Amino acid sequence: MATLAFQQSEEKVLKPTEKLMYERPHSLDETHTHYCPGCTHGIAHRLVAEVLDELGVQDKTILVAPVGCSVLAYNYFDVDGAEAAHGRAPAMATGLKRVNPDSVVFTYQGDGDLASIGIAEVIHAAVRGEKITVIFINNAIYGMTGGQMAPTTIEGQVTTSSPNGRNVATTGYPMHIAELLSGLPGTAYSVRRSLHDTRHIIQAKKAIKTAFEAQIKGLGFSIVELLSSCPTNWGMTPIDALAWVRDSMVPQYPLGDYKVADELQKKRGQR
Amino acid sequence: MAKELLKGNVAIAEAAIRAGCQAYFGYPITPQTELLEHMSKRMPELGRTFLQAESEVAAVNMVYGAASAGVRVMTSSSSPGISLMQEGLSYIAGSEVPAVFVDVMRGGPGLGNIQPSQSDYNQVTKTAGHGDYRPIVLAPSTIQEAIDLMVLSFDLAEKYRTIVFMVLDGAIGQMMEPAELPPMRELPTERPSWALTGKGNRDKNIVTSIRLGAQPLADFNDILQEKLAVIEKNELRYDELYTDDAELVIVAYGTAARVAHTAVKHLREENIPVGLFRPITLWPFPYQQLGELADRVSTFLSVEMNAGQMIHDVRESVGRQAEIEFLGRPGGIIPLPEEIEEKVRDMWRQKNLAAQIN
Repeated sequence: MATLAFQQSEEKVLKPTEKLMYERPHSLDETHTHYCPGCTHGIAHRLVAEVLDELGVQDKTILVAPVGCSVLAYNYFDVDGAEAAHGRAPAMATGLKRVNPDSVVFTYQGDGDLASIGIAEVIHAAVRGEKITVIFINNAIYGMTGGQMAPTTIEGQVTTSSPNGRNVATTGYPMHIAELLSGLPGTAYSVRRSLHDTRHIIQAKKAIKTAFEAQIKGLGFSIVELLSSCPTNWGMTPIDALAWVRDSMVPQYPLGDYKVADELQKKRGQR
Repeated sequence: MAKELLKGNVAIAEAAIRAGCQAYFGYPITPQTELLEHMSKRMPELGRTFLQAESEVAAVNMVYGAASAGVRVMTSSSSPGISLMQEGLSYIAGSEVPAVFVDVMRGGPGLGNIQPSQSDYNQVTKTAGHGDYRPIVLAPSTIQEAIDLMVLSFDLAEKYRTIVFMVLDGAIGQMMEPAELPPMRELPTERPSWALTGKGNRDKNIVTSIRLGAQPLADFNDILQEKLAVIEKNELRYDELYTDDAELVIVAYGTAARVAHTAVKHLREENIPVGLFRPITLWPFPYQQLGELADRVSTFLSVEMNAGQMIHDVRESVGRQAEIEFLGRPGGIIPLPEEIEEKVRDMWRQKNLAAQIN
C-alpha cells in the first residue's frame, strides 16, 4: 500500500536556522476523514485540535460525537471519544463531565442534531451551566441524510424536503442558536463565527480557544456556532459554497459575541 | 445489621447507595419518586453525583455518559418513563457499558394510571429498545429481596457489561416491610480499562454503538448473542414452593407471586395439591426448569397483573401438551387471594372430572 506524505511521521530534526511553521496537531489522528471535498468540517476539526494542543489538554479531553456527518469524529481526534444518540450529546456529555469533573468534555454537533431533535438537551445543559463546550456546525441543512431542511435553513432555501424553497409561513423561521443560548445565566460564552475565509477562520479559532478556557476555568456552558459550507448538498462548487456562506448565511446569522462572561472579557483585555 | 421498617422505594435507593452507586440521574414519576428523592439527599451528602434531568430521554443519556466513564450508575422510572428511555437503552446495549435501571411499573397503556401493575413485562424482557439484545431482568417480591437484588444488579451489570433491570410494581415500591440493609461498600478507586476518562498516557478509548459495515455489525451481534447465552446459563434465578408433590402449579412473580403464595397456603389446607413457581429473573426466563416441572405436572395457571404477557413464556416452557390457564388483572388491580383460590378450585374440579371421564 502506498504511503501518503502525512503518514511519514518520523520526527524531522530542525537545523538551528530552521523554524517549525506548520505541523499536524497532536490532537488529530493521522488518518483520512470521510468528509466530502470542500466541506468545512475538516477546518473545524483542525481548529479544535490546535486549541486542545495549545491548551495542553489533549490527554484529559473527551469528545462526544453526534448523529450526523460528524458521527465518526472520534476516529479523527486523538482523544477519548463517545458516540451519542441523535441530539443527546449534551446529556451524554453531562453524564461524562459530572463523574469526570477534571476532564475537558466537548460535543461536536450539527444543526439537525443540536437545533432540532436535541434542542431540549442543549438548552438544559446551558440552563445548568454544565462545564462543557459545544462546537456547533451550522450549514443550514441536514448533511448526512442528503440535504433536507433543517431548523437553520434560511428563508427561500431549496432543500430536498423544501423543494420550492423554505416557506416560513408553514415551516417556521431559521433558528438563531448562539442568540438563544446567550440568554441563559448558565451560559458563560456564546458566539457565532464563520469558516468562509482565512480571516474568519482565524477569528473562529480564537473563539474556540476562549470557549474551552471558559470550561477549564469552570465558568459554565460555552458554545461556538460555526457557519459552515455543504457543497455536496447545496449543489455548489466548494468555492461557490464559501461565497454562499458569506453572502447568504452571514446576513441571516450575524457574526458576533452574544454572551461573554466577565472573567473572559478581562482576560481578553489583558492580551 | 438489624431489621428496620423500610418503605420499598427508599430501601431500594439506600441499597443502591450501599452497593456502591456513584451516580444517579432521574426524572420524577409516580410511583417511584421517593427513590429519586432519597437519592437527591443522600448522594450529595456522600460526595456522589445526583442530577434531576429535564426528561427521561436526557436522564438515560446522562446514564449512558456516566456508564461510558466506567462508574456505577443507575436511574429509576416507571412505565411511561421507561418507554422514553428505550432509545438510550439500545445505545447502551450497543456500546456494552454497564448500567442499572429500576422500573416501578404502573398501569398502561398511555398515561394509564399510577396503580401497581406488571404492564412492562414485554417492554423490558423482549429487548427494551431496538436491536437484538436482552437486559437481565430481576423481579423481587419482597422489600428484602428488592434490597438484595439491587446490590446484585450492580455486580451483574459490571460483570457482563450489560443492562440490568430491576422491575417491581407500585405496591412493593410504596409499602413498608421489615428488612435489613447491606453494609456500605467501599467505592472502587480505579476505572475499567475501557472507560472514558481522558486518555492520559494510554491509547484513546472509544465508546460507540455504530458499526457501519454489515459484517462488522453482524460480528458484534454474534459476540452479543454469545454473551447472552452465558448469562442465560449462569444467571437464572427462580423459587419453587410446594412443587414437589404438586399436580397444579401457579406461575407468578413480584406482587402477584405474594398473593399467589397466600392462595397456595389456603388451598393446601383444603388438600388441593397446588404449588407455586416464581421466576426471579424474568430474563433469562427459567424455560428449562419450568419445562422439567411440566414433565410431571400437566396443569398450570399464570397469574399476572396485566392482560397476559408472561403467559407466552410459560407456554413456551411447558409445551403444547400442558394445560395453561390465565388469571390476570390489568389496569392497576392486584388480584385477591380469594380470586386465585376460586380459580384453582375450579381448575382442580375440571381436572378431576376429566380424569373420571377418561
